[in-house]
Amino acid sequence: MSAQQSGHQGHSTMKVTLHVWRQKDARDPGRMVGYPNVECSPDMSFLEMLDVLNERLMEKGEEPIAFDSDCREGICGACSLTVNGIPHGPRKGTTVCQLHMRSFEDGAELFIEPWRAKAFPVLRDLVVDRSAFDRIIEAGGFVSVRAGGCPDGNAIPVPKEEADQAMDAAACIGCGACVAACPNAAAMLFVGAKISHLRHLPQGQAEQKRRAQAMVDQMDSEGFGNCSNYLECEAVCPKEISVKVIAEMNRDYLSASLTREEQKNDGGGAG
Amino acid sequence: MSADGPLLDGRCPTGPIETRWERCKAELKLVNPANKRKYKVLVVGTGLAGASAAATLAELGYQVHAFCFQDSPRRAHSIAAQGGINAAKNYQNDGDSVWRLFHDTIKGGDFRARESNVHRLAECSRNIIDQCVAQGVPFAREYGGLLDNRSFGGSQVSRTFYARGQTGQQLLIGAYQALARQIGLRRVKMSPRTEMLDVVVVNGVARGIVVRDLVSGKVETHAGDAVVLATGGYGNVFFLSTNAKGCNVTATWRAHKKGAFFANPCYTQIHPTCIPVSGDHQSKLTLMSESLRNDGRIWVPKTKGDARGPDQIPEDERDYYLERRYPSYGNLAPRDIASRSAKYACDEGRGVGPGGLGVYLDFSDAIKRLSEPVIRERYGNLFEMYERITGENPYRVPMRIYPAVHYTMGGLWVDYHLMSNLPGLFVLGEANFSDHGANRLGASALMQGLADGYFVIPYTLGHFFASTKQEKVTTDHPEFKKALADTNAYVARLLAVNGKRTVDSFHKELGKLLWDKVGMARDRAGLQETLKRIPELREEFWKNVFVPGSGEALNQSLEKAGRVADFLEFAELLAADALEREESCGGHFRTEYQTADGEAVRNDEKFCYVAAWEWKGDGKPAALHQEALNYEFVHLATRSYK
Repeated sequence: MSAQQSGHQGHSTMKVTLHVWRQKDARDPGRMVGYPNVECSPDMSFLEMLDVLNERLMEKGEEPIAFDSDCREGICGACSLTVNGIPHGPRKGTTVCQLHMRSFEDGAELFIEPWRAKAFPVLRDLVVDRSAFDRIIEAGGFVSVRAGGCPDGNAIPVPKEEADQAMDAAACIGCGACVAACPNAAAMLFVGAKISHLRHLPQGQAEQKRRAQAMVDQMDSEGFGNCSNYLECEAVCPKEISVKVIAEMNRDYLSASLTREEQKNDGGGAG
Repeated sequence: MSADGPLLDGRCPTGPIETRWERCKAELKLVNPANKRKYKVLVVGTGLAGASAAATLAELGYQVHAFCFQDSPRRAHSIAAQGGINAAKNYQNDGDSVWRLFHDTIKGGDFRARESNVHRLAECSRNIIDQCVAQGVPFAREYGGLLDNRSFGGSQVSRTFYARGQTGQQLLIGAYQALARQIGLRRVKMSPRTEMLDVVVVNGVARGIVVRDLVSGKVETHAGDAVVLATGGYGNVFFLSTNAKGCNVTATWRAHKKGAFFANPCYTQIHPTCIPVSGDHQSKLTLMSESLRNDGRIWVPKTKGDARGPDQIPEDERDYYLERRYPSYGNLAPRDIASRSAKYACDEGRGVGPGGLGVYLDFSDAIKRLSEPVIRERYGNLFEMYERITGENPYRVPMRIYPAVHYTMGGLWVDYHLMSNLPGLFVLGEANFSDHGANRLGASALMQGLADGYFVIPYTLGHFFASTKQEKVTTDHPEFKKALADTNAYVARLLAVNGKRTVDSFHKELGKLLWDKVGMARDRAGLQETLKRIPELREEFWKNVFVPGSGEALNQSLEKAGRVADFLEFAELLAADALEREESCGGHFRTEYQTADGEAVRNDEKFCYVAAWEWKGDGKPAALHQEALNYEFVHLATRSYK
């Protein structure tokens, strides 16, 4: 065995009982399936525990549990499991790929489900379709500049406090836990985060109102619900984004709605 | 070994280095705006290089169809880059310049990168920062509102721009948003959850690709006027690496099998500061940003087998080995040197933590000097990540780190225009070989990906279209039908083996083999043994792999099986290249070629070239082509960071 890869053998092992959502494809109604006594080490990440279970299933000739993951360091936003009813599981500010089995008691019983939201249809087992998020960004979550011809990076000073607030919101990884946690399946923390990120920077302010209008309209058309201030989104957000971004979104959207009305009147009155 | 055929021509401009790119651009042919929309470009991969290329080409008016295997282009692994991006802005007034960034990068790459490419990269670095600021990338700023910088390895100036410990994320989101804007404007068609499985070559030109829809399982072909690959590196050939689970060599390897040369596959970067392995279950390794070496001090106990806790070991019994051996760069020595030094310390029995495979990265001095809140402000998210993974608090006890595979400098061979030897096939970012030589400096990967996508390909691709007459082809062409049938048959073959071993078990075995024999230190006997072992493992794979499920559905085991099958072929080329290169340079360290105190010994007489390998068919050795490397401006010298 290699130097690096033999590593440290965790001395303790633990067992957990899993109940996992299995669903063949988008049309299959799906069901919970039990996997008793899954052996694992407290040093494993939650996804490594599922990897081990999948290896066991395949050794028995069964199909493994499908789930999304990629970077496994909490930044790509691919992983999307609900553990015992909490998106990304019980540890605050942590994606499920960074959640370790030491967070659970030996013998724990764990219920693992996909994100549940009308706008995130299940594709297979724990894998859902989050392309609605991409379409919201496509509607307006950007600054309209093309490559080339931009002024010097230091041409416009940005107060540190503003840059920091932009960064706080820009930390969003687009995982969708906020939607999965919301009783209304609202996407307002996600949308608010993008609006907040760009409104705190001078570069984003030219399109501030247009952006809010376009993104919120797209969000509504994707079938996400409305915010009724449960604040579950903030509680589960692995990047701990504050619900203040929702207030900022609402302010921009309201302001945009008023301006839009005026524009219509202007247009109507011309000629 | 002597090369097969004439030397490769990298189409590099000649004359004064400062004006090469300017002059090249002036000579490049243009496509007029009305004609641009007649050309269709297929872009595979949507990380920094792919997303910036797709967005920029669409802004210019080309039809673009982009593909990625992730569920969204926002998830490409560029997102995980932590520390920063270099740019020769000299905002710190500390003597930086395009020349100095160029010089540092050539030297950092241990004189195995092209001067022309690297100078262009250094020039473009300045535009990248301006571009990203305009897009709304929230770079760190000083209280006066201007951009902040930090230092990175291999440099004596502070030229690294950053956004907390999430620079890659913020730059990728900038590029992703530029791409999203073009998708919304219907100028880019985006196909996520789609994996490229082959390149279609018509009359010697890359004209299309074969892809598999990872949800429906359907295999399809797409035709275009050029193919741009921006599919990242091959670090996952080692199984354990800092790469995302999905990173793979498939797109570049399949292109290689269709005629594109693979250059310098033995140049792999082992990053010095990663969290050590905790057990056999480990699925990937996590990087701790190099930026931590700005304030963290690396040390091991002076005495072998010292089992005391770090707080029990007095100052004079600690060996700050990087500061001792490389006083002028200290803890910011380049990655290859820092990794090898950690390995030496552990080989001597002075490693710390379980299994003795770790060294300390200690912040206690920095916390004393600057206070805990300052350290938290600089590295808070990295410290939290460390704590989540290891269960230890790095504000109280030193981090334990160990090297891990991180980046691959090798890749498909491209010329100065970023076109491979297969006309019409362009390769950007980590997927190509061109800018980092044998070792990449920290904060240079983001720079290269974005330079290629925003500022190089928009010029050179237009020149290709304007100077090449091409018939239009559609997917009805016989070459497309054949490629489609071949890929369907290949998928069916993987499913039909129906053996006993899982895909991961093969991948792990391959990874261990490579890490042991083709990792941080390599030698002739080990490489020869590996070259014997890989074909055996590959044969077993095709006899005994078990891929459950069907091809007509979302099947993650099938996706992995295809990627591992390609790694099992590619690994052989990697080892063969390492065997052929009888010298030590950058990330390629042959134990036969070192000084008495363990420094790399290059052989410029014999190996000052790019090794570009041509696929000759299953079971046949690849043919070697060489591109001579000329150092006209930074003179060949032994790299020293002492």
